[in-house]
Formats: sequence, C-alpha cells, structure tokens
Amino acid sequence: MSDVGPRRMLPELTDRTRFYWEGGRSGQLLILCCQRCGYYLHPPAPLCPVDHSTELAPERVSGRGRVASFTVDHHRWLPAPEPPYVIALVELAEQEALRLTTNIVGCPPEDVHIGMEVAVTFEHQADSEGRGDVWLPMFRPIGGAAGA
Amino acid sequence: MPDDHIERHCVISGVGQSDVGRRLGRDPRELTLDACLAAAEDAGLTTAQIDGLSTYPGAAVPIPGFSGAGAYEVIDALRLHVDWYDSGLETSGQLGSVMKACLAVGAGMATHVLCFRSVWEGSAQGTGGRASLAGGGGGRAGPPPRASGPNQWTLPYGSASAANWIALYAQAHMHRYGTTPEQLAQIALNGRRNAARNPKAIYRQPMSMEDYFASRIISTPLRLFDCDVPCDGATAVVVSRRERAADLRHPPVRVAAMGAALHDRPSWDQLSDLTRLVGADAAAQMWSRTDLTPADVDLAELYDGFSILTMLWLEALGLCPVGESGRFVEDGSRIALDGELPLNTHGGQLSAGRLHGYGFLHEAVVQLRGDGGERQVAGNPSVAAVAAGGGNTCGCMLLTAGD
Repeated sequence: MSDVGPRRMLPELTDRTRFYWEGGRSGQLLILCCQRCGYYLHPPAPLCPVDHSTELAPERVSGRGRVASFTVDHHRWLPAPEPPYVIALVELAEQEALRLTTNIVGCPPEDVHIGMEVAVTFEHQADSEGRGDVWLPMFRPIGGAAGA
Repeated sequence: MPDDHIERHCVISGVGQSDVGRRLGRDPRELTLDACLAAAEDAGLTTAQIDGLSTYPGAAVPIPGFSGAGAYEVIDALRLHVDWYDSGLETSGQLGSVMKACLAVGAGMATHVLCFRSVWEGSAQGTGGRASLAGGGGGRAGPPPRASGPNQWTLPYGSASAANWIALYAQAHMHRYGTTPEQLAQIALNGRRNAARNPKAIYRQPMSMEDYFASRIISTPLRLFDCDVPCDGATAVVVSRRERAADLRHPPVRVAAMGAALHDRPSWDQLSDLTRLVGADAAAQMWSRTDLTPADVDLAELYDGFSILTMLWLEALGLCPVGESGRFVEDGSRIALDGELPLNTHGGQLSAGRLHGYGFLHEAVVQLRGDGGERQVAGNPSVAAVAAGGGNTCGCMLLTAGD
C-alpha cells in the first residue's frame, strides 16, 4: 500500500461477498451467477430470483459496461474519497439492468456522461488490521468517446 | 368510492404539530408528546378515547435524530390503553404508518388511532452526527469500521448520502427528458414563496433564481437548495372510524384512497428505471381504489426530501405526463398558490423543515379544512393528493373535504 492520508471506508468481507471484493487480485470482475439459468445477481443473494435455484457461483464478466447515470459529488461525507469525485451506476454489458455503484476514474469529472462506454479497473486497498485486503472495482472510459 | 374499500371507514379527525425549528435543543420525546396531545385535542378526543397508535419508524433506529420517540414511549407516557399499535421502518414510506392505522380502523381493531412522526435531526447533526449519512456517521477513535449490509456497496465509493443516490435519478431524468436545472429550481423557489406565508416554516426569506444558482453544489445536479433542511419537530394525526367521528370538533377529512404498492426492487440503485419512482406503483394502486382521477386534484403535497422527488411524484401520480414534470413546473405559475395545481403550500421540507412526510399530510388537512390562513388555497379545495418517500420507500394518499 503506497498511498497515505485518509482511507476509504471498506466493505466487511463475508463468505457471501468476499469473491466480489477480492476478484481484483487477479484482475477479475466476478458476479454471482445462477448455474441453472445463467442469470447474474447483484448484490449477491441466497437464491436466484428467476428460478429460485441455490446453485450460484461467481462468474467472471467482461468488465465492460456503460454509464447508466452519474453524479459528481462535491460535499465531503467521509474522510475519503476527496471531492470532487464521480459516483456512477454502471450497467454491465452482460445483462440489462445489471448495475454496480462505482466510481469513474481516469478522466476529468466533466467528461463523464450517460451512455459512456467504460471498463473495469481495480483499486487495491491494503489492510493492516487483519480484516482483509480489498480490490474496489472502478471504471474508466474506453474508446475515443471518452474525451481527453 | 367503491363500497368494498376499507378507506370508506376512515377519516382524519385531528392534526397536531409541536414547535418546529432548526435546532430546538429540547427533548424529542417532549416534542412528540406535544404533537400527540395537540392532535387529540384538535380532534376533540381525550387520551382515554385514543385506542390505537401507529408511528414511523419507531424506536432504536441507529441514525442520529431520525426518531424522536418510539411507540412504547408514547403509549407509556400517555398511559394509553391501545387495542392495536404498530411501528416500523419497512413500510410504504412515512405514510405507511398512517395507512396501517387506516387498515386497523377499517378492520375494527381500533376506533381512534394516534399516528406520529418525530425528528430531531437538526439538533443531532449539530452535535457531530449526520443523520443523512448512510450508516449514521459520527466520529470515532480507532480504525474506521467496515461497511456491511447494503452500505458496503456504496460507502467505499463515497456514495454516502441520499443526496448522492437521488442525484443519480435527477441526472438520468435530465438526460432522458431534457429536464433543466432551472426547472428543478422551481420546486425550491415555489417552496420558499409558500414558506413566507407559513409562520412555522424554517426558511422564510425570499429566494431568487440567482440565489438558487449561488447555492453550492452537493452532488450534481443537486445543489444545497435542492436538499431539505434537517430540523427538530413532531407531527401527529388521528385516524378515526368515520361513523364515530361525526360529533368530533372539526368536520372530518376523508381518506378517499391510499396506495402502498411496491413492484420494483426495494433498492435505491437497482431500480428497473432510474427515472421512475417506485411510488408509481403506489399511485396506480391509489387511483384504482377511487372514482376520482388526477384531474380532480385541487392541491398536491408531494415529498421534497430532494427537489427532483417532487417532480417524480408529479409524474408518478399522473398529475402531469411522464417525462413532462420539468415543463409542468416551468416558470412556477402552475404550481403556485394561485395556480392550477398549488404544490407544497406550506413550503415543503425544503423550506418548512424535514418533518419527514407527515408535514405534507398535516398541510393537506389544514388546506382541506380551509385553515391555511395567509397561505390558504382559494376556492374551497376539496381533493388533496399527499405523497411521501423516495428511493425504495413510497406511499400516497388521496384526501377529500366534507362528508
């Protein structure tokens, strides 16, 4: 961990959610998926809402998606991140309305727009208190439409 | 009204409100009891006649100032003998507690149900906590706690406040329908104009469009003046069995219909359509339970925890076409006190204080009784739409004057 200063509030790792927050260790965005019907669930839940199967497993997704909506936060609610920062709902390419709350990084906030094509990137958050490292999935613009 | 609907048994027989202020520094239980006693008195009932109690959200909600008193505290303080009582957070918005009271009255479980909502977020935030912050905020020594439950999906990204979550809806609405910041501003400006005529409102000085745009951005496109103002205060109403209300102090206000439905995911960020309030399901249910239509509505008291929510409620309730709320409120004349649909006539939560849903219900009853004083809507309004909530929790009611 190289960064200093205020830390983001990190998620508690549980048996149900650990895969999501640790997937970035190997550069993978993992989403819980029904092994019977292929439906992706987010946030993770005990059973598939489509066929009620409990045969669920994390599956790697492309990490590609588009910005469904976004907001540039200017108010400091927490020690980190430092405002202004972009909060976005990214809809993943794999399934309609499969959305993650995330940050858009790698471009100025004013360049972010609804419909923007994005790809996942991970921010490693090391942990020194025995609660587990976390790799936060974030998204950056891809392609020429992203702007400079 | 269809004869088989339970609402035909229900009236609002009394309303009451405590002092309201930015930071009153008073015991929130006192404020709560002030409101409850005022509502009973207004109805012409003694506490011995109150036989039911309902509140939102009840005790033990770990958000600073979010609940001024629980059901048990009020039952005990007033030594009520209740035949039915209830409280809870997981219901159809703040009005869910009033709708449950109607169900109890309609089912014959109680005759006069005291309903209340009490907040002291103004004082609580003044002492370091932040009620509007997911997880409660507040300083602590030692390593920061980790986020769990639903918060774990948002707090790591600094998406910590309902202001962030609702801003996402506002941005999506602007993108899809061309809604403008100037249109959004009209909700805040309208509230402030009306608050000037409400002696209990928190912010009463005039607000211009320039003032609005000079206010700081909280989370684009929402500015400070798009966010309601935390306050201290309590509001209470009495839901009574209609046949038992004829000889009470005021002509009762009837509950024409109510809507509690939730057909979308109970989530702030996983809604099927970010521009559609889950209240649209509640609204559709409400209209299905009455012969009245949106064209019959004389005034609307629609939740404005954030300005965009009022616009989304206008659309959800069919008071304007879907996607048209921006143009509907444009220039402010249509929603003004003398407009075709007077809106948030007491100033709303943006200017009169975040009394959290019940302020709108209180104001609707005041207006239908003709007791609005300087802010009374002219022409003897007889039908009021009341809606509260946003995000994953919404409910609405239609009230009518006279019997």
